[in-house]
Amino acid sequence: MENKTNCVEVVRKQKQAGKWVLISFVLLWFFVLIIFPLIGIVRETFKNAISVITSSLSSTASTHAFWLTILITFVAVVINTIFGTIMAIVFAKQNFKGKLFLESLIDLPFAVSPIVAGFMFVILFGPGGWIGSWFYSMNIKIIYALPGMIIATLFVTLPFVAKEIIPVLREFGIEQDEAALILGASQWQIFWKVTLPSIRWGLAYGVTLTIARSIGEFGAVLVVSGSIINKTQTATLRIHDQFTDLNYAGAFSAALILALISFIILNLIQYAQKRKKRI
Amino acid sequence: MSGIMVKNITKKFGDFIAVNNVSFDVKEGELAALLGPSGSGKSTLLRIIAGLENPDMGQIFLTGKDVTPLRTQKRNVGFVFQHYALFKHMTVEKNIAFGLEIQKKDKKEIKQKVEELIDLVKLNGYNKHYPSQLSGGQRQRVALARALATEPKVLLLDEPFGSLDAKVRKNLAQWIRDLHNRVNVTSVFVTHDQNEAIEISDKIIVINRGKVEQIGNATDVYEHPKSKFVASFVGNVNVINANIKKNHIVITGTKEKIQFKEKTEINFQNIVLLIRPEDIIVKDNSTEDTVPCIINGIYYRGSFYEVDLKVGTNNVKSLVPKEDFFKFEWRKGTKVYIRFRKFKIFEASEGHKKVHEMLKQLGYIE
Repeated sequence: MENKTNCVEVVRKQKQAGKWVLISFVLLWFFVLIIFPLIGIVRETFKNAISVITSSLSSTASTHAFWLTILITFVAVVINTIFGTIMAIVFAKQNFKGKLFLESLIDLPFAVSPIVAGFMFVILFGPGGWIGSWFYSMNIKIIYALPGMIIATLFVTLPFVAKEIIPVLREFGIEQDEAALILGASQWQIFWKVTLPSIRWGLAYGVTLTIARSIGEFGAVLVVSGSIINKTQTATLRIHDQFTDLNYAGAFSAALILALISFIILNLIQYAQKRKKRI
Repeated sequence: MSGIMVKNITKKFGDFIAVNNVSFDVKEGELAALLGPSGSGKSTLLRIIAGLENPDMGQIFLTGKDVTPLRTQKRNVGFVFQHYALFKHMTVEKNIAFGLEIQKKDKKEIKQKVEELIDLVKLNGYNKHYPSQLSGGQRQRVALARALATEPKVLLLDEPFGSLDAKVRKNLAQWIRDLHNRVNVTSVFVTHDQNEAIEISDKIIVINRGKVEQIGNATDVYEHPKSKFVASFVGNVNVINANIKKNHIVITGTKEKIQFKEKTEINFQNIVLLIRPEDIIVKDNSTEDTVPCIINGIYYRGSFYEVDLKVGTNNVKSLVPKEDFFKFEWRKGTKVYIRFRKFKIFEASEGHKKVHEMLKQLGYIE
């Protein structure tokens, strides 16, 4: 009898030990990969005088870079939300030839390296490019200009909204649409009153991912923008630029701000995800 | 006047004919059941009436008006989906109010109507609940209230009790019957459960493989099935192989003859007798028109006994009153005699050719 309880006790202790090994492993991993670099950024930033930070942040090049990032992010979010939603509805509810093939293409931006994507756009939209030459003849610059940067950002963020909504819509089915139809609702009313409210948290999640990615995008935008100071330099490109110029104070202060934004977005993502699961 | 009239409706999905030239009509205020096995086309038919599917041929009339060219939104039918299809992100009262809000009714009017309906479906106090917080039966009632909110003249229910457990199902079925009587509406419900159809409907339309097999009230369909399919689908039935020789029936594997009322000179090979278990009377001794058989199994069923019998090469079931059991002390293996109170005759291979009708017309059987 006593033996038995001892056995149970031993097993319990072993389980406890196993649990703590796992937890400390996760903690260690987090520290090495996330917490230490974060602390590093903060430390490096504040090691220099506050004045250096503020001056480097308030320089026209930096403010321009941040505004450019915000502008590109805003345009990318608006376009992706509208087209992503339309795409999701088409893929989830309509049937047509070639649908499977097209749907598999949504994942392409995940598979292609952003730098490769950037080169693709340079080849296509550059002055000598297939489409670009026409635009140049119309005196519209795409590469090394804002339109190209927006196109590149749209490309890398294309999957987020659609990919989040498609499964929600599939699970949702068409019965509620039909119920609304029978109750007299038009397709437009069905979209606003039935479809949109049921995908809203999936949509919110997709939008937040799009924002995060747009702000953080580096490779594709670097290639198509040429990173021209005060013209086509986004926040991430600015950080990279300052870093290579050995202006660590400037680089770290800008990096800190991006890290903060990411942190806020991360929390929004988690909130949206929780709500999505609940609905 | 007819509330719902379905005229020569045909619907194909590719090569598959889901509904094949179906016609029936449901009188105003009637509650009709579309009864059939799964895949028989009954749900498709209901969706065609609602306008959710377009028929390839035929017409639909609702309260005397041809609605075939009308879109779903314009038909003003109430529809209760099998899985309710409630709007998950809306509360009970919002769900019920949906149709009225689409019609842009006055806010006060909507509120009053919603209260009335919540009262009608006995969901008082659940106004602010979401569908996920309700039980299956409650969801079903919300779906009903939502369908009735716009005061449709026609109410369509797709397997309304299909996803509920047995006890809730029984109560709700009876409750829907009562509700139907109180609300001025013509209803059709789809079901694969013959008991539901028999219990609550005024009219049963039996459908198989996209075709109407029989239309009639519960008694008609149960007592006078027009085909082998109807007899076996609606209620339990014994199928006994036999032959007709001159003026009597011989059950395969026996020598006993069952005489026809009148003399005949016709022969039929390979026919089947369809007999309800309650129409097989088990006796202790042989009399005229009895057939000997052996008791193969005895099952206690509470108010009666169910007995398996071997007649020639056929296995049949019979329902026997408890008194007979106590009186004769029947055991497994006891030799007994059975008499058929009534039966139907069909050709073994093809249930649709009505041998029975023919014999009846000739006056050989009742």
